[in-house]
Amino acid sequence: MLRGVAGLILALLLAPFLALISSGSASAVDVLCMAKPDETACIAGTLRTEESPVPDATITVTSPSGEEQEVQTSETGKWSVEVNEPGEYTVVLDKESLPDDVVIGQGEITVDVARLGVTQAATLDVRTGSYSAETSKVDELIQSTVNGLRLGLLLALASVGLSLIYGTTGLSNFAHAEQVTLGGILGYFLINQHGLGLWIGGLLVVILCAFTGWFQDRILWQPLRRRGLGLTQMMIVTIGLSLALQYVYQYTVGARTVRVLQDNPSVREIGPVTITNQSIVAMLISVVVLAAVGYALLRTRVGRATRAVSDNPALAAASGIDTDRVIRLVWTTAMGLAGLSGLLYALVTNGIKWDSGLQILLLLFAAVTLGGLGTAFGALVGALIIGLVVELSPVLGMPGDFKYATALLILILLLLVRPQGLLGKPQRVG
Amino acid sequence: MSDQMADPKVARELADPAARQALTSGFEATPGASKPDPILLVNNIVRQFGGMTAVDVQHLEVQRGLITALIGPNGAGKTTFFNLITGFDKPTTAGKGAHWAFDGRTLDKTSASSVARAGMVRTFQLTKALSAMTVIDNMMLGAQNQAGENLFKSLFRSSWGRQEKEIEAKADELLERFKLYEKKNDYAGSLSGGQRKLLEMARALMSDPKMIMLDEPMAGVNPALTQSLLGHIQNLRDEGMTVLFVEHDMHVVRHISDWVAVMAEGRLVAEGSADTVMSDPAVIDAYLGAHHDTDLGDDALLSDEALEEIAEEVAAEDADRQAEEEAEGLR
Amino acid sequence: MDTIQFILNGMMREVLSPQTAAVAIAVIGLNIHFGFTGLLNMGQSGFMLLGAYGFAISISNGLPMIVGVLLGFGAAFIFALVLGAPTLKLRGDYLAIVTISAAEIIRYVGRSALLVDFTGSAQGIPGSQYTTPFRNLSFFGDGQFTLLPFNYQDVADGAAWVRILGWIVVVAGIAALIYLLRGGADLKGASKGFAIAGLVVINLFLLFFLFPVPYQSTGVSGWWVRFIAWGLAFLCTFLVFLMVRSPWGRLLRGIREDEDAIRSLGKNVFAIKMQALIIGGLFGALGGMVYVLSSSVQPDSMGRSLTFFCYTALLLGGAATIFGPVLGSVIFFAGRIGIKYTAAAYVPDSIMNNQQTEQFSYIVVGVALMLIVIFRPQGILGNKRELQFNV
Repeated sequence: MLRGVAGLILALLLAPFLALISSGSASAVDVLCMAKPDETACIAGTLRTEESPVPDATITVTSPSGEEQEVQTSETGKWSVEVNEPGEYTVVLDKESLPDDVVIGQGEITVDVARLGVTQAATLDVRTGSYSAETSKVDELIQSTVNGLRLGLLLALASVGLSLIYGTTGLSNFAHAEQVTLGGILGYFLINQHGLGLWIGGLLVVILCAFTGWFQDRILWQPLRRRGLGLTQMMIVTIGLSLALQYVYQYTVGARTVRVLQDNPSVREIGPVTITNQSIVAMLISVVVLAAVGYALLRTRVGRATRAVSDNPALAAASGIDTDRVIRLVWTTAMGLAGLSGLLYALVTNGIKWDSGLQILLLLFAAVTLGGLGTAFGALVGALIIGLVVELSPVLGMPGDFKYATALLILILLLLVRPQGLLGKPQRVG
Repeated sequence: MSDQMADPKVARELADPAARQALTSGFEATPGASKPDPILLVNNIVRQFGGMTAVDVQHLEVQRGLITALIGPNGAGKTTFFNLITGFDKPTTAGKGAHWAFDGRTLDKTSASSVARAGMVRTFQLTKALSAMTVIDNMMLGAQNQAGENLFKSLFRSSWGRQEKEIEAKADELLERFKLYEKKNDYAGSLSGGQRKLLEMARALMSDPKMIMLDEPMAGVNPALTQSLLGHIQNLRDEGMTVLFVEHDMHVVRHISDWVAVMAEGRLVAEGSADTVMSDPAVIDAYLGAHHDTDLGDDALLSDEALEEIAEEVAAEDADRQAEEEAEGLR
Repeated sequence: MDTIQFILNGMMREVLSPQTAAVAIAVIGLNIHFGFTGLLNMGQSGFMLLGAYGFAISISNGLPMIVGVLLGFGAAFIFALVLGAPTLKLRGDYLAIVTISAAEIIRYVGRSALLVDFTGSAQGIPGSQYTTPFRNLSFFGDGQFTLLPFNYQDVADGAAWVRILGWIVVVAGIAALIYLLRGGADLKGASKGFAIAGLVVINLFLLFFLFPVPYQSTGVSGWWVRFIAWGLAFLCTFLVFLMVRSPWGRLLRGIREDEDAIRSLGKNVFAIKMQALIIGGLFGALGGMVYVLSSSVQPDSMGRSLTFFCYTALLLGGAATIFGPVLGSVIFFAGRIGIKYTAAAYVPDSIMNNQQTEQFSYIVVGVALMLIVIFRPQGILGNKRELQFNV
């Protein structure tokens, strides 16, 4: 009985492949469009279900001036058209040309070709008819878990810094998320606008962001600490800074979403998970950097000094630690990490806006509080949890537009039962 | 005001040293001794921080109408003990046998504010004078049962205006007594350390407590004011109030306390009159064990000649400081 | 000359705007939280949004206006209770984090597609669905009305010297008013009250004389809504005055400074903080209702930024003062518009285009907030010695 069911499922899963083999001979060959600078641009994509590419489907591309081009997908599902004017193109998939077991998820999209000389990606969504709800639920869960980890790692980069600042100075930095935005926007300027290579540009972004941290502490936070400004007052100063920075970003790049790279990222499939190569690299970088920060905190002299200042600034100062230097270093590192986080965020989510920070800030606070205010490793754990909650809650039945609300709700509920956070020490709570 | 504080008959009796002597004799002076007419009873209070036991007091009784000093070296757990019985901290043994009662009323689950309302008011080691409020506002906050502290009645002056005048009159009287009347409309932040201690004590008295608990009232106070503070404490006793105060310097307490309890490393190690306690080897051990190099305090400091000398110095200093403040004000 | 008149007219319209009054009312509430009690409420916009939703949803579903008002207050009341119960016993930052998160949750829920029948999701609820009963209450009649009907144009045909003289007198008048409010000129009690009231009347008269504004008497955004909005703002100011001069107000200030000291004096600190949170939240809800009277309920217009603007206005006017919130809100909105118009008029488009002037004005707001907190934490009216605000 069980074996029979398994066989049936297997047969259903294999059906599209059989269809593919039977029609394979008639497929067109891969012809790739090459965009010529200032003359033509390309719109390209790969048509595939969750299982396999779809060959021989007909796609119609309509230019802004109404000119139509028809194209067939190749054996590997690839297609591309050459266009010669910038603007909004409509891409329509012909339902009749699809094999019977393939259904359309989204068969009509618009593609914005910003300028000539680039290749613009267009993703049409198709599925096999056998794409049953049950298997997709598990796949969806796995996919969302990966997305959640990705978001969690990016949040962790920023929240570790936020937590270190809180730990060493007691300050809740409301402008932290604007530093994340800054990373993305600098990435846009250096890499997209000025054509620096991704790696060199990225490194430069991180260095510049770290410098803003050094600079801020030098001209603002350290003098304010010396003046003996209260923590609440300082917190309001960070609110002012956050407002000012947001509008500086809007002033310079406008209200649109800006991207670090012009091309669409290539996609890779690992089992049921679809993920861009950039995401994989971003996650690897995050893991390496977070591990390095963790190692530095635990094993190096300066890391131990940082934790000592976090624990008890007066005692640390009395035992010969230069707290001002430690705090300066914390600001520099934290802003560098935030910048890196923003750059990676802009890469994996396809861009960043002037007010992206507003959205990120609460997630950062949630992560830091969840883990325990002022504990760097707590922030890491908190960030991963928040990332997973945000991405998984829609899969687990929360309405999609409540995903951020769910994360915040969990934070509030946790504070009710364990106000010191997951890894915080109880006596921190007054 | 004394008529509201305690039974005046008892007050008259206890102003007499012989009556006090009678109360504190006739039982064995061991740690946790049971005494006639206790106002505060404490049983099995334990407080641990992490793995360290800060307080572990099995039994303590504090007698009504007397001045009891709780002494012990730094870190003996005196302030933590204070926090526990006044509801500012919770014992680790809460719900597991910890029990304490004030004037027949169980306080195990009572919040700090209710403890104060029950008639047991405390002060703090680091003075909590509200420095951004005026001296008189500080005082007025001390009064109990104010109609105007109700949100709805606060809107109508008619419901609290008269009471406010009565409270202010009482505050004036107390300020006069504590020599703070001239400072009535100054910000509490502009007072000297000693004056703040006095203000805190006066503020505590606004609620007509049965018992006042002073946490190191002499810490950081110049010797001249120390003397006057000690005088005030004795006056409170003579009016019938029970006083429990914490002090780490054992010589300070010998002149005024009727009874001394000694804590070391969280435990009660000795009880008795000042003189017996000071010669108790357990007490000397406790002090020496904690601080080999600490002087037990110079008794000569409290001799009259020495005090006069210091008082002059302090007065000169005060004058300087005042001049400075005025200069700053002008700027 | 005409450009300056144009800019000043714009500022005058912003001063009178019902939304300025609405924010002032919310700031009055925030003043109870932050100014007097030291509660770091970072979710005042959440209270406003709840008030607005309660009001607008009830009325657009056919309930009477009074029910809408009560429901708005009820929602804010419950919100305060739910947020305060777990956090008011913890350190101050926890209240900040919880309130800012909760306010965002309200906004996310409000703009959710699921609730489109009630909240109109991200589009919000258009004013036409709920403002009619309010306008029906108006006894201002129809048509248009210019205040003052007799204005500078009637004196020497609005010559430059008339206006400049007027402007100088107004500036002097406002300076005198601020001097009085800050406790200058040794006036006490009734005589001080009369002096302040007199100066207010004279200043208002002069302002309307120099910057006459025409509005519909009752229309969607006419004199009626302005009259009610500002009437409520001054009523709220008066209520706060009554509350904070009482022993209750003294308790609030005591709690702001040192909770433990107040606890040791036998006061139920938790209850008082909860009362303060609720009262301030109700003012916030009222502010929210007024905010949407002349426009529509837009969840995104009542997000974190609005809370931050409330803080800017409060600190500008002076936290823990009676008139600080109203003064701060007026200066905040008028100042921002003034900056924007000035930049638009005098900075060439090649350097700053029209859109950028808007953003520029907000950059100035952010920087101003930083500078106020650093260099003048007591704001315009506050007392530096009283205000250390350590939460």
